[in-house]
Amino acid sequence: MKALVAVKRVIDYNVKVRVKADNSGVDLSNTKMSINPFDEIAVEEAVRLKEAGVIDEIIVASIGPKESQEQIRAALALGADRGILVKTDDKPYPLQVAKILKSIAEQESADIVLLGKQAIDDDNNQTGQMLAALMGVGQGTFASEVKVEGDKVNVTREVDGGLQTLALTLPAIITTDLRLNEPRYAKLPNIMKAKKKQLDEKAPSDFGVDMASKQEIVKVVPPAERKAGIKVGSVDELVDKLRNEAKVI
Amino acid sequence: MAILVYAEHDNASLKKATLNTIAAAKQMGDDIHVLVAGSGNQAVADEAAKAEGVTKVLLADNAVYEHQMAENIALLVADIAGGSTDYSHIIAPGTTTGKNFMPRAAALLDVSMLSEITAVIDAQTFDRPIYAGNATATVKTTEDKIVLTVRTTAFDPVAAEGGSASIETIDNVQDSGKSSFVNEEMAKSDRPELTSAGIVVSGGRALANGENFTKYIEPLADKLGAAVGASRAAVDAGYVPNDMQVGQTGKIVAPDLYIAAGISGAIQHLAGMKDSKVIVAINNDPEAPIASVADYFLEADLFDALPELTSKI
Ligand SMILES: Cc1cc2nc3c(=O)[nH]c(=O)nc-3n(C[C@H](O)[C@H](O)[C@H](O)COP(=O)(O)OP(=O)(O)OC[C@H]3O[C@@H](n4cnc5c(N)ncnc54)[C@H](O)[C@@H]3O)c2cc1C
Ligand SMILES: Nc1ncnc2c1ncn2[C@@H]1O[C@H](COP(=O)(O)O)[C@@H](O)[C@H]1O
Repeated sequence: MKALVAVKRVIDYNVKVRVKADNSGVDLSNTKMSINPFDEIAVEEAVRLKEAGVIDEIIVASIGPKESQEQIRAALALGADRGILVKTDDKPYPLQVAKILKSIAEQESADIVLLGKQAIDDDNNQTGQMLAALMGVGQGTFASEVKVEGDKVNVTREVDGGLQTLALTLPAIITTDLRLNEPRYAKLPNIMKAKKKQLDEKAPSDFGVDMASKQEIVKVVPPAERKAGIKVGSVDELVDKLRNEAKVI
Repeated sequence: MAILVYAEHDNASLKKATLNTIAAAKQMGDDIHVLVAGSGNQAVADEAAKAEGVTKVLLADNAVYEHQMAENIALLVADIAGGSTDYSHIIAPGTTTGKNFMPRAAALLDVSMLSEITAVIDAQTFDRPIYAGNATATVKTTEDKIVLTVRTTAFDPVAAEGGSASIETIDNVQDSGKSSFVNEEMAKSDRPELTSAGIVVSGGRALANGENFTKYIEPLADKLGAAVGASRAAVDAGYVPNDMQVGQTGKIVAPDLYIAAGISGAIQHLAGMKDSKVIVAINNDPEAPIASVADYFLEADLFDALPELTSKI
């Protein structure tokens, strides 16, 4: 079986972004960029499935600027076999990404496609579901457990009320949640080996996907500031403030 | 043109998130239809018909919709509201149900969508938070059908009573055959629902184990009639179940009062609670980032402060 894993290059989760003074977007110059944390979990899951003998080959794909190679290499160092970079300086939205991934998944005959549940930059949480629709296959989103059995996969999902388990016919789409696994760290020899692994470069036009956008960013602004709070010296003072100043208890 | 709102429910009753979503819909137009898809869910349709501003309820009652699986619901929504039908907007609450099927429906309709809008500027233009709420983008969409999910905490709910919409039963059975329900483990609690509670008491890694949640967080929550929340660290460590996680990638809350005990205030946690009206932080580190959003910061050991607070209110 083959797995396709989608990885996005995003701002590192530890960095606090700043909005540009002209309100055209956020300032990403000189910021640390990383593989989207949920995608790291997706790569880890694929590697575990390979180690368990379920999967034979793991392909990683990223759609983005040429620097996205770094994130593909990082996934290769974790154990993926080869990479595909779909190079574009446009900022595709999830429907466009899903259309490109659909072509790749079909060309590669992927049995399982793993994605993150959400990219932590745009916080869309759409791509996996859209890909599943375009491919006409089942989806197991927000996964905290994945079990492949024959031509089916059982996916346990983190939902608002608790946990839900579904059975999907393969091929299927899975999007990862935080509790699915804890990704390993890449070992130095594997980082060296990853440099020699195959990485193909493509363009959106190779897949016939129109990169024109139907969403116009009018402006990007920082969120409203909260007014400065105070330190209270004791539980008594806290109770008094909550009762008589904030009037919330 | 009409607006289709997807109702959040458990086949027995309508979830409040639907009322917040109707409120957002009212800012886009006045012909508001609510789709109630489920199984044995007539009572939910009756409730939806009474909600303020609703002009029509569409009831799809069939076993294939019992668990509101994304595959089937997306087909249903695309069929009802797609193509040349009279719907200009398709809207769902940004719950795990809405997030699951709505992008799938959008892709079936071949339109891009906007997730978790927090304001309606006009019928085509919306605000939404990005980068864990560290920026707000105003986005104008030129799609013919506008597909959205709504961040429910950003819209005050419409009244649950007073409306008298007609209920139309629709005989539209969509079964993808690609997925089937196996089982679920739903948390049972007598406390208010986390996302709509007036007060939330949350604990973090500092609680050290699940028993301490029971011993220190829950008594305070019970006394205040509050919901219980947690940081990711507390959920990952297994102190509490996943449905209690507050944050960028968990639940978004905006209660009148949020009490964070033993939570440092990472960007991802703040994203889920910084729109609360009043924030209290109890932390033994005065430098903890949570101090930057707290209205009242108590520097204390939570194992002393929480019992004292519980006894004094
Ligand atoms: C992709 C991604 C998504 C994430 N999503 C979320 C999310 O949705 N929600 C979320 O919460 N986090 C999320 N996180 C995790 C986040 O970055 C932090 O790691 C997490 O919020 C930390 O939890 P914490 O504050 O409980 O633990 P810590 O950061 O360890 O803080 C513990 C705090 O307790 C204080 N303390 C210790 N002992 C005591 C005591 N006896 N009395 C009082 N105070 C004490 C300490 O001073 C410290 O401030 C995410 C991370 C990633 C990478
Ligand atoms: N440009 C991209 N390149 C590769 N994968 C992506 C890209 N955008 C989104 N994805 C995948 O889709 C998931 C969800 O992203 P989103 O729908 O944008 O929140 C991510 O975690 C990735 O796995």
